[in-house]
Amino acid sequence: MPASTSKYQYITCDTSKCVGCQLCEYICSYIKTGEFNTFRSCIRTVRAHKILMTAVACRTCEDAPCVIACPRDALSQDPITGIIHIDANRCDGCAWCIEACDFGVISIDPETKLAEICDQCEDEEDGPQCVKWCPKEALELTTPDRRAQRARRKLAIEEVLGR
Amino acid sequence: MYGYSGKILHIDLATRKTWVESKPEQWYKIYIGGVSMASRLCWENIEVGCDPLSPGNPICIANGIFAGTPVPVGGKYGMASKSPLTGFIGDSMSGSWFPVALKRTGWDGFVIHGASDKWVNVFIDDDKIEFRDASHLLGLGTTETEEAISEEFGDDQVRSATIGPAGENLARIANVSNDGRKAGRTGHGAVWGSKKLKALSIRGTHGVSVADPETLLKLSYEILQAAQGPHTQKYRVLGTSSNVLNMNKLGLLPTRNYQQGTFEDAELISGEYLHEHYKAKTIACAQCPIACEQVGQVKEGPYAGAMGHVEYESLYALSSNCGVNSFPAIIQAITNCNEFGLDTMSSGVTISWAMECYQRGVFTKEDFKCEKYPDGFEAEFGNGEAVVTLTEMIANREGYMGNLLAEGTKRASAQVDEERGTETYKWAMHIKGLECPGYDARTLKTFALGLAAGTRGACHNRTAAYDPDIKGEVDRFSVDETRGRLAKSTEEYAAVYDTLPLCKFIRRCFTGKADRAGAWPAIANLINATTGWDFDYDAVDLIGERAHTIKKAFNIREGWTREDDHLPYRWQYEPMEVGPSAGYVVTDEELEYLKDIYYEAKGWTKDGLIPKEKLIALGMDDVAEEIGV
Repeated sequence: MPASTSKYQYITCDTSKCVGCQLCEYICSYIKTGEFNTFRSCIRTVRAHKILMTAVACRTCEDAPCVIACPRDALSQDPITGIIHIDANRCDGCAWCIEACDFGVISIDPETKLAEICDQCEDEEDGPQCVKWCPKEALELTTPDRRAQRARRKLAIEEVLGR
Repeated sequence: MYGYSGKILHIDLATRKTWVESKPEQWYKIYIGGVSMASRLCWENIEVGCDPLSPGNPICIANGIFAGTPVPVGGKYGMASKSPLTGFIGDSMSGSWFPVALKRTGWDGFVIHGASDKWVNVFIDDDKIEFRDASHLLGLGTTETEEAISEEFGDDQVRSATIGPAGENLARIANVSNDGRKAGRTGHGAVWGSKKLKALSIRGTHGVSVADPETLLKLSYEILQAAQGPHTQKYRVLGTSSNVLNMNKLGLLPTRNYQQGTFEDAELISGEYLHEHYKAKTIACAQCPIACEQVGQVKEGPYAGAMGHVEYESLYALSSNCGVNSFPAIIQAITNCNEFGLDTMSSGVTISWAMECYQRGVFTKEDFKCEKYPDGFEAEFGNGEAVVTLTEMIANREGYMGNLLAEGTKRASAQVDEERGTETYKWAMHIKGLECPGYDARTLKTFALGLAAGTRGACHNRTAAYDPDIKGEVDRFSVDETRGRLAKSTEEYAAVYDTLPLCKFIRRCFTGKADRAGAWPAIANLINATTGWDFDYDAVDLIGERAHTIKKAFNIREGWTREDDHLPYRWQYEPMEVGPSAGYVVTDEELEYLKDIYYEAKGWTKDGLIPKEKLIALGMDDVAEEIGV
């Protein structure tokens, strides 16, 4: 799996904690569209094997390929948060952004026929709703650097303190 | 109408015609969904008296009222047909991604009529129905079939329910599988096989709209948070296999075909041992915040690669009840059942019957000839490889033994007794033809009544009557006048969950109390936020009585009589010799007394028939017309 080198935050999923319940998709679709429909979710769960479950959402790549690929300049990236914004008046659902995305996290909404990308619920007071609803605390809004810090700390504790 | 479309889709496999039936809101308020609505559809669409494996037996599917919403553990559906094991109602449930896709097609229920002349995969793509050739899928296991279909469409949003080789070969103990979950027990796999229906594939893209989404979200979030606490800890940490040591301690763990209630190697087959040595991962059904499925994995030895969900009911059946004490063989046997599409419980109990026949000299090594062991094998209790091999033989109806055991315990014992003049029926552990669950009922007297009276046969899921027995609310070793009321109360309690359906593992997460007072008001709030109805405690309670009544009515119309509410011979006449349950049976007098007070509590006649006015009071006037007395 290609890894984002982003300096921005994005929603990550700890596959060892994810149980494949899909609740992130329900809450996302409701927040974004007003109906419960996993086809309209910006985060997508993957069940690739009996015991492999995960969820993926926009990785806020730097110099995001989806923004570059859009022939109508409908996509723009917030320079502070890295969140990709879609101008619904410009987007015509051509799906070039989907092809450009290595992570498969952009989709065309079956109702509006326009591109949909995770915006980390930036308008919600209590942050990304999928993170709030994840019953196993597998989802987190974080940066690759913070994940690395935690991995180092965990390793040190395991090696030095033996857990 | 919120939560429903008001439309049932009918599909005829013989003519390949489909049609739509509209149902009024009142019909939904009575039958709701899950096993109740599926059983009602079966009541309406079956050719009464038909052979369960004939085209006149429909496969009826009903969505869950909460499927496709964030209501925790509501991602389930119900399925009903006449059971090829019991000849009575076969009602099952399954959960996860398939039922959620099913709900999003916009249909409330499905009735599959007739039989196809060629193997078929029925594809329901929202409003479009396609009959696809399935001949290339024959012989594939259940997971393989699901994956092959997904690949065919190039779309992992296509979800399938499938049968494995066992269903194709009309094994009466075959089930239907989706996402690793099963619509199990009563032999639906054979019904699918008789129709040459290999798979039902679904792509549902519609959203689910509810009456009051903000309230539903608030209620759901509270339940979701409660589901991470102590109320579900048992399920989250060890899963249902944590029962092994408890049941063993109480002398209730079926061992060597129910000859004993204690297993000397119980430690080695416990949830604790699994967790320590063989657990690969804990996973959940779609829509479930609990996550109880403990996936066991074998990494080395002859069964390396085996991987399957290890549940208590699979464990007792394929391990202690067959005397097997080693997880690798058990996990392989479970994996085989899952992939071949066999019910683990019925398979284990049928195999344990064969092992007892071997123990007592009715069967010899030669009776177990197969391709893998051309000279047969020693099928003694404790032989894990024998259990693994027999699951393969049953699924393929291979050899004398595979063909015999595929019929289930009741028919297999009758056939052997006919052929050999033996009395193996005395070791056949079934009620109405359905193999017994993992709780020995000789010292669970309320539960014994619940099982004997069960519309589905010996099923622990449809009667929760072990609860007062095991919790010590009553004396489990004796009978008294409270048991009729308790059996009624517990089976109707379970029927509420099976109808919505909600997984029963959530039952303590509403208020901390699992009883009606603790759960029904909260469930009423969920129903009202979903549908806009005005259900209260009493209306929720009625869901269970109605669900149970439609299934009972179905059985009466198929010829049920009081004698059909029986117990296995062994539980009545053969006490155990050791352990806490030693010395006890359920006597004839006890059983007949229990049935009397149960029928009375239900408001039925002494013969167990339902008075017309009772049915009319439940809003089931047309049922009263047909079978009311």
